[in-house]
Amino acid sequence: MTFDWSAIGAFLPMFWKGVLVTLQALALGSLIAFALGLVWALAQRSSLKVVRWPVTVVTEFVRNTPLLVQLFFLFYVMPEWGLTLSALATGVIGLGLHYSTYTAEVYRAGIDGVPAGQWEAAVALSLSRRRTWTAVILPQAIRRVVPALGNYVIAMLKDSPMLFAIGVLEMLGEARQFSSQTFQTIEPYTLVGVAFIAIAYPASLLLRALERRLVR
Amino acid sequence: MSAEHSTPNTPPTVGDGANSGETELIHFDKVTKRFGTHTVLDALDMKVFAGKHVTLIGPSGSGKTTILRLMMTLLKPDEGTIKLGDRYLTHEEKGGKLVPASDRYSREIRKNIGMVFQQFNLFPNMKVLRNITEAPVHVLGLDKDAAEERARELLELVGLTAHLDKYPTQLSGGQQQRVAIARALAMRPQVLLLDEVTSALDPELVAGVLDLLRDIAHSTDITMLCVTHEMNFARDISDCVMMFDAGRVIEFGPPEQIFTEPENERTREFLSAVL
Repeated sequence: MTFDWSAIGAFLPMFWKGVLVTLQALALGSLIAFALGLVWALAQRSSLKVVRWPVTVVTEFVRNTPLLVQLFFLFYVMPEWGLTLSALATGVIGLGLHYSTYTAEVYRAGIDGVPAGQWEAAVALSLSRRRTWTAVILPQAIRRVVPALGNYVIAMLKDSPMLFAIGVLEMLGEARQFSSQTFQTIEPYTLVGVAFIAIAYPASLLLRALERRLVR
Repeated sequence: MSAEHSTPNTPPTVGDGANSGETELIHFDKVTKRFGTHTVLDALDMKVFAGKHVTLIGPSGSGKTTILRLMMTLLKPDEGTIKLGDRYLTHEEKGGKLVPASDRYSREIRKNIGMVFQQFNLFPNMKVLRNITEAPVHVLGLDKDAAEERARELLELVGLTAHLDKYPTQLSGGQQQRVAIARALAMRPQVLLLDEVTSALDPELVAGVLDLLRDIAHSTDITMLCVTHEMNFARDISDCVMMFDAGRVIEFGPPEQIFTEPENERTREFLSAVL
Protein backbone atom coordinates (compact mmCIF):
# COMPACT_ATOMS: atom_id res chain seq x y z
CA MET A 1 0.00 0.00 0.00
CA THR A 2 1.45 3.35 -0.95
CA PHE A 3 0.57 6.79 0.26
CA ASP A 4 -0.77 8.70 -2.73
CA TRP A 5 -0.15 12.38 -2.17
CA SER A 6 -2.33 13.31 -5.14
CA ALA A 7 -5.29 11.78 -3.29
CA ILE A 8 -4.74 14.32 -0.53
CA GLY A 9 -4.99 17.06 -3.11
CA ALA A 10 -8.14 15.55 -4.50
CA PHE A 11 -9.67 15.23 -1.02
CA LEU A 12 -8.82 18.77 0.09
CA PRO A 13 -11.96 20.58 -1.17
CA MET A 14 -14.22 18.12 0.69
CA PHE A 15 -11.87 18.14 3.66
CA TRP A 16 -12.14 21.90 4.12
CA LYS A 17 -15.92 21.66 4.00
CA GLY A 18 -15.68 19.03 6.74
CA VAL A 19 -13.35 21.15 8.85
CA LEU A 20 -15.79 24.02 8.60
CA VAL A 21 -18.69 21.84 9.74
CA THR A 22 -16.65 20.36 12.61
CA LEU A 23 -15.65 23.82 13.84
CA GLN A 24 -19.21 25.06 13.45
CA ALA A 25 -20.57 22.17 15.48
CA LEU A 26 -17.86 22.69 18.07
CA ALA A 27 -18.42 26.44 18.42
CA LEU A 28 -22.20 26.24 18.62
CA GLY A 29 -22.12 23.12 20.78
CA SER A 30 -19.75 24.87 23.20
CA LEU A 31 -22.01 27.89 23.41
CA ILE A 32 -24.96 25.68 24.29
CA ALA A 33 -22.90 23.66 26.76
CA PHE A 34 -21.58 26.81 28.49
CA ALA A 35 -24.95 28.53 28.70
CA LEU A 36 -27.09 25.53 29.55
CA GLY A 37 -24.53 24.23 32.05
CA LEU A 38 -24.76 27.51 33.93
CA VAL A 39 -28.54 27.26 33.93
CA TRP A 40 -28.34 23.73 35.40
CA ALA A 41 -25.79 24.81 38.01
CA LEU A 42 -27.90 27.75 39.15
CA ALA A 43 -31.11 25.71 39.13
CA GLN A 44 -29.48 23.11 41.33
CA ARG A 45 -28.82 25.80 43.92
CA SER A 46 -32.43 26.92 43.89
CA SER A 47 -34.23 26.91 47.20
CA LEU A 48 -37.22 25.31 45.46
CA LYS A 49 -37.34 21.54 45.37
CA VAL A 50 -39.56 21.59 42.27
CA VAL A 51 -36.71 23.28 40.41
CA ARG A 52 -33.80 21.35 41.89
CA TRP A 53 -35.21 17.90 41.63
CA PRO A 54 -36.15 17.71 37.91
CA VAL A 55 -32.88 19.36 36.93
CA THR A 56 -30.93 16.78 38.90
CA VAL A 57 -32.86 13.94 37.26
CA VAL A 58 -32.39 15.32 33.74
CA THR A 59 -28.69 16.08 34.12
CA GLU A 60 -27.92 12.72 35.73
CA PHE A 61 -29.85 10.97 32.98
CA VAL A 62 -28.10 12.82 30.17
CA ARG A 63 -24.66 12.43 31.73
CA ASN A 64 -25.09 8.71 32.24
CA THR A 65 -26.37 7.76 28.81
CA PRO A 66 -24.17 7.62 25.69
CA LEU A 67 -23.99 10.64 23.41
CA LEU A 68 -24.59 8.42 20.40
CA VAL A 69 -27.87 7.15 21.81
CA GLN A 70 -28.94 10.72 22.53
CA LEU A 71 -28.09 11.78 18.99
CA PHE A 72 -30.13 8.91 17.53
CA PHE A 73 -32.99 9.76 19.84
CA LEU A 74 -32.97 13.43 18.87
CA PHE A 75 -32.63 12.67 15.17
CA TYR A 76 -34.98 9.72 14.71
CA VAL A 77 -37.48 9.96 17.56
CA MET A 78 -38.12 13.68 17.89
CA PRO A 79 -39.53 13.94 14.33
CA GLU A 80 -42.21 11.46 15.34
CA TRP A 81 -43.25 14.04 17.93
CA GLY A 82 -43.29 16.72 15.27
CA LEU A 83 -39.86 18.22 15.83
CA THR A 84 -37.70 17.88 12.75
CA LEU A 85 -34.34 19.57 12.60
CA SER A 86 -31.42 19.31 10.20
CA ALA A 87 -28.71 16.79 11.01
CA LEU A 88 -26.26 19.56 11.90
CA ALA A 89 -28.73 21.37 14.16
CA THR A 90 -29.57 18.09 15.87
CA GLY A 91 -25.89 17.33 16.30
CA VAL A 92 -25.13 20.74 17.76
CA ILE A 93 -28.00 20.46 20.22
CA GLY A 94 -27.01 16.90 21.14
CA LEU A 95 -23.38 17.80 21.75
CA GLY A 96 -24.31 20.96 23.65
CA LEU A 97 -26.89 19.23 25.81
CA HIS A 98 -24.64 16.29 26.60
CA TYR A 99 -21.69 18.44 27.56
CA SER A 100 -23.84 20.94 29.47
CA THR A 101 -24.28 18.26 32.13
CA TYR A 102 -20.52 18.21 32.57
CA THR A 103 -20.04 21.97 32.48
CA ALA A 104 -22.79 22.22 35.11
CA GLU A 105 -20.54 20.29 37.49
CA VAL A 106 -17.64 22.54 36.59
CA TYR A 107 -19.65 25.67 37.34
CA ARG A 108 -20.92 24.10 40.56
CA ALA A 109 -17.36 23.53 41.75
CA GLY A 110 -16.44 27.07 40.73
CA ILE A 111 -19.36 28.57 42.63
CA ASP A 112 -18.65 26.45 45.69
CA GLY A 113 -15.05 27.65 45.53
CA VAL A 114 -15.98 31.30 46.07
CA PRO A 115 -15.23 31.97 49.76
CA ALA A 116 -18.19 32.43 52.13
CA GLY A 117 -16.81 35.87 52.99
CA GLN A 118 -17.75 37.09 49.53
CA TRP A 119 -21.40 36.20 50.11
CA GLU A 120 -21.25 37.82 53.51
CA ALA A 121 -19.76 41.02 52.13
CA ALA A 122 -22.54 41.12 49.54
CA VAL A 123 -25.12 40.80 52.32
CA ALA A 124 -23.37 43.46 54.39
CA LEU A 125 -23.63 45.82 51.43
CA SER A 126 -27.28 44.87 50.85
CA LEU A 127 -26.61 43.86 47.25
CA SER A 128 -29.62 42.20 45.67
CA ARG A 129 -29.48 38.49 44.93
CA ARG A 130 -29.18 39.15 41.24
CA ARG A 131 -26.41 41.70 41.69
CA THR A 132 -24.58 39.37 44.09
CA TRP A 133 -24.57 36.66 41.44
CA THR A 134 -23.73 38.79 38.43
CA ALA A 135 -21.21 41.18 39.95
CA VAL A 136 -19.57 39.18 42.72
CA ILE A 137 -20.02 35.42 42.59
CA LEU A 138 -20.11 34.47 38.91
CA PRO A 139 -17.17 36.60 37.78
CA GLN A 140 -15.03 34.91 40.42
CA ALA A 141 -16.46 31.44 39.83
CA ILE A 142 -16.13 31.54 36.05
CA ARG A 143 -12.60 32.84 36.21
CA ARG A 144 -11.66 29.75 38.18
CA VAL A 145 -13.32 27.32 35.81
CA VAL A 146 -12.24 28.60 32.39
CA PRO A 147 -9.46 25.99 32.11
CA ALA A 148 -11.82 23.17 33.05
CA LEU A 149 -14.41 24.39 30.56
CA GLY A 150 -11.71 24.46 27.92
CA ASN A 151 -10.89 20.83 28.55
CA TYR A 152 -14.49 19.96 27.74
CA VAL A 153 -14.28 21.89 24.47
CA ILE A 154 -11.38 19.63 23.48
CA ALA A 155 -13.32 16.56 24.60
CA MET A 156 -16.23 17.79 22.52
CA LEU A 157 -14.01 18.16 19.49
CA LYS A 158 -13.01 14.55 19.85
CA ASP A 159 -16.64 13.48 20.17
CA SER A 160 -17.73 15.48 17.12
CA PRO A 161 -17.21 12.56 14.66
CA MET A 162 -20.23 10.94 16.30
CA LEU A 163 -22.34 13.45 14.41
CA PHE A 164 -21.42 11.50 11.29
CA ALA A 165 -23.69 8.75 12.61
CA ILE A 166 -26.71 10.96 12.01
CA GLY A 167 -25.42 12.07 8.63
CA VAL A 168 -23.55 15.28 9.42
CA LEU A 169 -20.71 15.63 6.94
CA GLU A 170 -18.03 16.85 9.29
CA MET A 171 -14.38 15.89 8.76
CA LEU A 172 -14.87 12.17 9.25
CA GLY A 173 -18.04 12.15 7.17
CA GLU A 174 -16.31 13.84 4.27
CA ALA A 175 -13.42 11.38 4.51
CA ARG A 176 -15.79 8.45 4.50
CA GLN A 177 -17.63 9.84 1.50
CA PHE A 178 -14.39 10.49 -0.34
CA SER A 179 -13.10 7.00 0.27
CA SER A 180 -16.33 5.37 -0.81
CA GLN A 181 -16.14 7.28 -4.08
CA THR A 182 -12.44 6.75 -4.77
CA PHE A 183 -11.60 3.61 -2.76
CA GLN A 184 -8.70 5.52 -1.29
CA THR A 185 -8.77 5.19 2.49
CA ILE A 186 -5.40 5.82 4.06
CA GLU A 187 -4.99 9.35 2.72
CA PRO A 188 -8.29 10.93 3.78
CA TYR A 189 -8.39 9.23 7.21
CA THR A 190 -4.77 10.14 7.90
CA LEU A 191 -5.47 13.75 7.04
CA VAL A 192 -8.49 13.78 9.34
CA GLY A 193 -6.42 12.33 12.18
CA VAL A 194 -3.73 14.93 11.67
CA ALA A 195 -6.36 17.66 11.54
CA PHE A 196 -7.71 16.64 14.96
CA ILE A 197 -4.24 16.88 16.46
CA ALA A 198 -3.62 20.16 14.64
CA ILE A 199 -6.71 21.66 16.29
CA ALA A 200 -6.62 19.99 19.69
CA TYR A 201 -2.96 20.30 20.60
CA PRO A 202 -2.59 24.06 20.11
CA ALA A 203 -5.93 24.49 21.86
CA SER A 204 -4.67 22.63 24.90
CA LEU A 205 -1.47 24.70 24.92
CA LEU A 206 -3.59 27.83 24.77
CA LEU A 207 -5.61 26.57 27.70
CA ARG A 208 -2.56 25.91 29.77
CA ALA A 209 -1.36 29.45 29.12
CA LEU A 210 -4.79 30.76 30.06
CA GLU A 211 -4.75 28.69 33.23
CA ARG A 212 -1.46 30.22 34.31
CA ARG A 213 -2.88 33.70 33.75
CA LEU A 214 -6.23 33.16 35.43
CA VAL A 215 -5.45 31.02 38.44
CA ARG A 216 -3.54 33.19 40.80
CA MET B 1 -25.11 59.74 78.84
CA SER B 2 -22.61 57.14 79.90
CA ALA B 3 -23.35 53.54 80.49
CA GLU B 4 -24.30 52.68 84.00
CA HIS B 5 -22.05 50.18 85.63
CA SER B 6 -23.82 47.01 86.38
CA THR B 7 -23.91 43.30 86.74
CA PRO B 8 -26.40 41.26 84.75
CA ASN B 9 -29.55 41.79 86.77
CA THR B 10 -30.29 44.89 84.73
CA PRO B 11 -30.03 44.54 80.97
CA PRO B 12 -27.16 46.50 79.43
CA THR B 13 -28.24 49.87 78.13
CA VAL B 14 -25.80 52.22 76.49
CA GLY B 15 -27.06 55.81 76.65
CA ASP B 16 -30.21 56.78 78.44
CA GLY B 17 -31.99 59.20 76.13
CA ALA B 18 -31.63 61.98 78.66
CA ASN B 19 -29.89 64.15 76.09
CA SER B 20 -32.22 65.68 73.57
CA GLY B 21 -32.22 63.94 70.23
CA GLU B 22 -30.71 60.77 71.58
CA THR B 23 -32.73 57.84 70.39
CA GLU B 24 -32.63 54.15 71.00
CA LEU B 25 -31.09 52.62 67.89
CA ILE B 26 -30.30 48.99 68.62
CA HIS B 27 -32.51 46.82 70.75
CA PHE B 28 -31.90 43.12 71.35
CA ASP B 29 -34.89 41.62 73.10
CA LYS B 30 -34.29 38.18 74.64
CA VAL B 31 -32.23 37.04 71.68
CA THR B 32 -31.19 33.41 71.79
CA LYS B 33 -28.96 31.77 69.22
CA ARG B 34 -28.04 28.12 69.21
CA PHE B 35 -25.74 26.11 67.01
CA GLY B 36 -27.00 22.59 67.37
CA THR B 37 -27.29 21.97 71.09
CA HIS B 38 -24.77 24.69 71.93
CA THR B 39 -26.37 27.94 73.08
CA VAL B 40 -24.16 30.77 71.85
CA LEU B 41 -26.39 33.59 73.02
CA ASP B 42 -28.75 33.09 75.89
CA ALA B 43 -31.77 35.43 75.97
CA LEU B 44 -29.63 38.51 75.43
CA ASP B 45 -31.18 41.89 76.21
CA MET B 46 -29.26 44.94 75.09
CA LYS B 47 -30.02 48.51 74.12
CA VAL B 48 -27.67 50.91 72.42
CA PHE B 49 -28.55 54.53 71.80
CA ALA B 50 -27.65 56.32 68.59
CA GLY B 51 -24.07 57.50 68.33
CA LYS B 52 -22.72 55.24 71.07
CA HIS B 53 -19.66 53.07 70.67
CA VAL B 54 -19.85 49.68 72.29
CA THR B 55 -17.02 47.21 72.53
CA LEU B 56 -17.74 43.56 73.11
CA ILE B 57 -15.01 41.65 74.87
CA GLY B 58 -14.73 38.16 76.20
CA PRO B 59 -13.13 34.78 75.52
CA SER B 60 -13.56 33.27 72.08
CA GLY B 61 -16.81 31.39 71.71
CA SER B 62 -18.54 33.69 74.15
CA GLY B 63 -20.96 34.97 71.50
CA LYS B 64 -19.50 38.39 70.64
CA THR B 65 -19.15 37.83 66.92
CA THR B 66 -22.56 36.15 66.86
CA ILE B 67 -24.10 39.43 67.98
CA LEU B 68 -22.56 41.26 65.04
CA ARG B 69 -23.60 38.53 62.62
CA LEU B 70 -27.17 38.61 63.92
CA MET B 71 -27.18 42.38 63.57
CA MET B 72 -25.98 42.06 59.96
CA THR B 73 -28.68 39.41 59.30
CA LEU B 74 -25.97 36.89 58.42
CA LEU B 75 -27.57 34.75 61.12
CA LYS B 76 -31.15 34.51 62.26
CA PRO B 77 -32.01 34.37 65.96
CA ASP B 78 -33.71 31.24 67.25
CA GLU B 79 -35.71 33.29 69.71
CA GLY B 80 -36.22 36.96 70.43
CA THR B 81 -36.22 40.04 68.25
CA ILE B 82 -33.75 42.69 67.16
CA LYS B 83 -34.85 46.22 66.34
CA LEU B 84 -33.05 48.97 64.49
CA GLY B 85 -34.66 52.22 65.55
CA ASP B 86 -38.38 51.60 65.57
CA ARG B 87 -38.28 48.87 62.95
CA TYR B 88 -37.71 45.18 63.47
CA LEU B 89 -34.63 43.79 61.77
CA THR B 90 -35.35 40.14 62.21
CA HIS B 91 -39.10 40.21 61.82
CA GLU B 92 -41.76 42.09 59.96
CA GLU B 93 -45.25 42.91 61.00
CA LYS B 94 -47.91 41.32 58.87
CA GLY B 95 -51.55 41.66 59.83
CA GLY B 96 -50.60 42.66 63.37
CA LYS B 97 -48.42 39.60 63.80
CA LEU B 98 -44.66 39.32 63.89
CA VAL B 99 -43.32 36.92 61.29
CA PRO B 100 -39.69 36.21 60.36
CA ALA B 101 -38.47 38.89 57.95
CA SER B 102 -38.40 38.18 54.24
CA ASP B 103 -35.17 38.61 52.33
CA ARG B 104 -36.45 41.75 50.64
CA TYR B 105 -37.50 43.33 53.93
CA SER B 106 -34.19 42.60 55.69
CA ARG B 107 -32.29 43.97 52.74
CA GLU B 108 -34.17 47.25 53.03
CA ILE B 109 -33.43 47.62 56.75
CA ARG B 110 -29.84 46.46 56.63
CA LYS B 111 -28.90 49.22 54.20
CA ASN B 112 -28.46 51.21 57.41
CA ILE B 113 -25.89 48.79 58.78
CA GLY B 114 -22.32 48.36 57.61
CA MET B 115 -19.82 45.71 58.57
CA VAL B 116 -16.08 45.34 58.39
CA PHE B 117 -14.78 41.79 58.53
CA GLN B 118 -11.70 40.17 59.98
CA GLN B 119 -10.71 38.88 56.52
CA PHE B 120 -11.62 42.16 54.72
CA ASN B 121 -13.74 40.31 52.13
CA LEU B 122 -13.08 42.83 49.39
CA PHE B 123 -14.30 41.76 45.97
CA PRO B 124 -11.12 40.56 44.22
CA ASN B 125 -12.65 40.92 40.76
CA MET B 126 -13.17 44.66 41.21
CA LYS B 127 -10.68 47.48 41.47
CA VAL B 128 -10.54 49.46 44.70
CA LEU B 129 -12.74 52.27 43.40
CA ARG B 130 -15.47 49.90 42.23
CA ASN B 131 -15.37 47.95 45.47
CA ILE B 132 -16.47 51.20 47.09
CA THR B 133 -18.95 52.41 44.46
CA GLU B 134 -20.65 49.08 43.78
CA ALA B 135 -23.22 49.24 46.57
CA PRO B 136 -23.89 53.00 46.50
CA VAL B 137 -24.68 52.69 42.78
CA HIS B 138 -26.61 49.43 42.80
CA VAL B 139 -28.24 49.57 46.21
CA LEU B 140 -28.69 53.25 47.00
CA GLY B 141 -29.18 54.23 43.35
CA LEU B 142 -26.52 56.94 43.31
CA ASP B 143 -25.34 57.88 39.85
CA LYS B 144 -21.86 56.73 39.01
CA ASP B 145 -20.22 60.16 39.23
CA ALA B 146 -21.68 60.91 42.64
CA ALA B 147 -20.64 57.49 43.91
CA GLU B 148 -17.10 57.95 42.61
CA GLU B 149 -16.92 61.39 44.17
CA ARG B 150 -17.95 59.89 47.49
CA ALA B 151 -15.47 57.02 47.05
CA ARG B 152 -12.61 59.42 46.33
CA GLU B 153 -13.37 61.39 49.48
CA LEU B 154 -13.38 58.21 51.51
CA LEU B 155 -10.15 57.00 49.93
CA GLU B 156 -8.61 60.27 50.93
CA LEU B 157 -9.88 59.75 54.48
CA VAL B 158 -8.31 56.29 54.61
CA GLY B 159 -5.16 57.51 52.88
CA LEU B 160 -5.34 55.36 49.77
CA THR B 161 -6.12 57.80 46.99
CA ALA B 162 -3.07 56.59 45.08
CA HIS B 163 -4.42 53.05 44.96
CA LEU B 164 -7.92 53.50 43.60
CA ASP B 165 -7.02 51.83 40.33
CA LYS B 166 -5.50 48.71 41.87
CA TYR B 167 -7.01 45.32 42.57
CA PRO B 168 -7.30 44.29 46.23
CA THR B 169 -4.65 41.58 45.85
CA GLN B 170 -2.13 44.28 44.95
CA LEU B 171 -2.57 45.89 48.38
CA SER B 172 -1.22 44.98 51.81
CA GLY B 173 -3.58 43.60 54.43
CA GLY B 174 -3.73 46.94 56.23
CA GLN B 175 -4.52 48.74 53.00
CA GLN B 176 -7.21 46.21 52.13
CA GLN B 177 -8.81 46.66 55.50
CA ARG B 178 -8.83 50.43 55.07
CA VAL B 179 -10.53 49.99 51.70
CA ALA B 180 -13.07 47.73 53.41
CA ILE B 181 -13.74 50.46 55.97
CA ALA B 182 -14.21 53.00 53.17
CA ARG B 183 -16.53 50.56 51.40
CA ALA B 184 -18.70 50.20 54.50
CA LEU B 185 -18.77 53.97 55.11
CA ALA B 186 -19.76 54.68 51.51
CA MET B 187 -23.23 53.38 52.37
CA ARG B 188 -23.49 56.07 55.10
CA PRO B 189 -24.69 53.49 57.62
CA GLN B 190 -26.18 54.39 60.97
CA VAL B 191 -24.46 51.44 62.53
CA LEU B 192 -20.96 50.15 61.84
CA LEU B 193 -20.08 46.65 62.94
CA LEU B 194 -16.37 45.90 63.38
CA ASP B 195 -15.56 42.22 63.67
CA GLU B 196 -11.99 41.75 64.92
CA VAL B 197 -10.85 43.99 62.11
CA THR B 198 -7.17 43.87 63.01
CA SER B 199 -6.86 40.19 63.91
CA ALA B 200 -5.70 39.12 60.45
CA LEU B 201 -3.17 41.91 60.08
CA ASP B 202 0.58 41.83 60.51
CA PRO B 203 1.45 43.59 63.79
CA GLU B 204 3.05 46.60 62.08
CA LEU B 205 -0.14 47.29 60.12
CA VAL B 206 -2.52 47.24 63.07
CA ALA B 207 -1.83 50.76 64.33
CA GLY B 208 -2.74 52.42 61.03
CA VAL B 209 -6.12 50.76 60.90
CA LEU B 210 -6.88 51.49 64.56
CA ASP B 211 -5.90 55.15 64.18
CA LEU B 212 -8.26 55.43 61.27
CA LEU B 213 -11.10 53.90 63.28
CA ARG B 214 -10.37 56.21 66.23
CA ASP B 215 -10.63 59.11 63.81
CA ILE B 216 -13.96 57.88 62.53
CA ALA B 217 -15.25 57.20 66.02
CA HIS B 218 -14.37 60.70 67.19
CA SER B 219 -15.39 62.64 64.10
CA THR B 220 -18.71 61.01 63.15
CA ASP B 221 -21.94 60.23 64.96
CA ILE B 222 -21.99 56.69 63.67
CA THR B 223 -23.02 54.02 66.16
CA MET B 224 -20.41 51.31 66.53
CA LEU B 225 -20.47 47.76 67.75
CA CYS B 226 -16.98 46.45 67.93
CA VAL B 227 -15.48 43.08 68.71
CA THR B 228 -11.78 43.44 69.37
CA HIS B 229 -8.84 42.13 71.31
CA GLU B 230 -7.16 45.55 71.19
CA MET B 231 -7.93 46.75 74.69
CA ASN B 232 -6.26 50.14 74.35
CA PHE B 233 -8.35 50.84 71.30
CA ALA B 234 -11.47 49.72 73.16
CA ARG B 235 -10.59 52.06 76.00
CA ASP B 236 -10.11 54.98 73.59
CA ILE B 237 -13.26 54.74 71.56
CA SER B 238 -15.88 53.06 73.73
CA ASP B 239 -18.74 54.56 75.65
CA CYS B 240 -19.38 51.12 77.02
CA VAL B 241 -17.53 47.84 77.26
CA MET B 242 -19.53 44.65 77.57
CA MET B 243 -17.91 41.53 78.91
CA PHE B 244 -19.36 38.30 77.53
CA ASP B 245 -19.01 34.85 78.87
CA ALA B 246 -20.93 31.75 77.78
CA GLY B 247 -23.52 33.67 75.81
CA ARG B 248 -24.32 36.24 78.48
CA VAL B 249 -23.23 39.74 79.35
CA ILE B 250 -21.62 39.24 82.73
CA GLU B 251 -20.55 42.83 83.24
CA PHE B 252 -20.72 46.13 81.44
CA GLY B 253 -19.81 49.72 82.00
CA PRO B 254 -17.62 52.60 80.88
CA PRO B 255 -14.15 51.46 79.83
CA GLU B 256 -12.30 53.15 82.65
CA GLN B 257 -14.39 51.18 85.09
CA ILE B 258 -14.23 47.80 83.33
CA PHE B 259 -10.52 48.03 82.69
CA THR B 260 -9.49 49.38 86.08
CA GLU B 261 -11.99 48.04 88.60
CA PRO B 262 -13.90 45.12 87.13
CA GLU B 263 -16.31 43.62 89.62
CA ASN B 264 -16.76 40.20 88.13
CA GLU B 265 -14.17 37.53 88.76
CA ARG B 266 -14.37 36.25 85.14
CA THR B 267 -13.79 39.78 83.82
CA ARG B 268 -10.73 40.15 86.02
CA GLU B 269 -9.35 36.83 84.82
CA PHE B 270 -9.98 37.65 81.20
CA LEU B 271 -8.44 41.09 81.39
CA SER B 272 -5.37 39.92 83.24
CA ALA B 273 -4.86 37.37 80.48
CA VAL B 274 -5.18 39.82 77.58
CA LEU B 275 -3.80 43.07 78.98
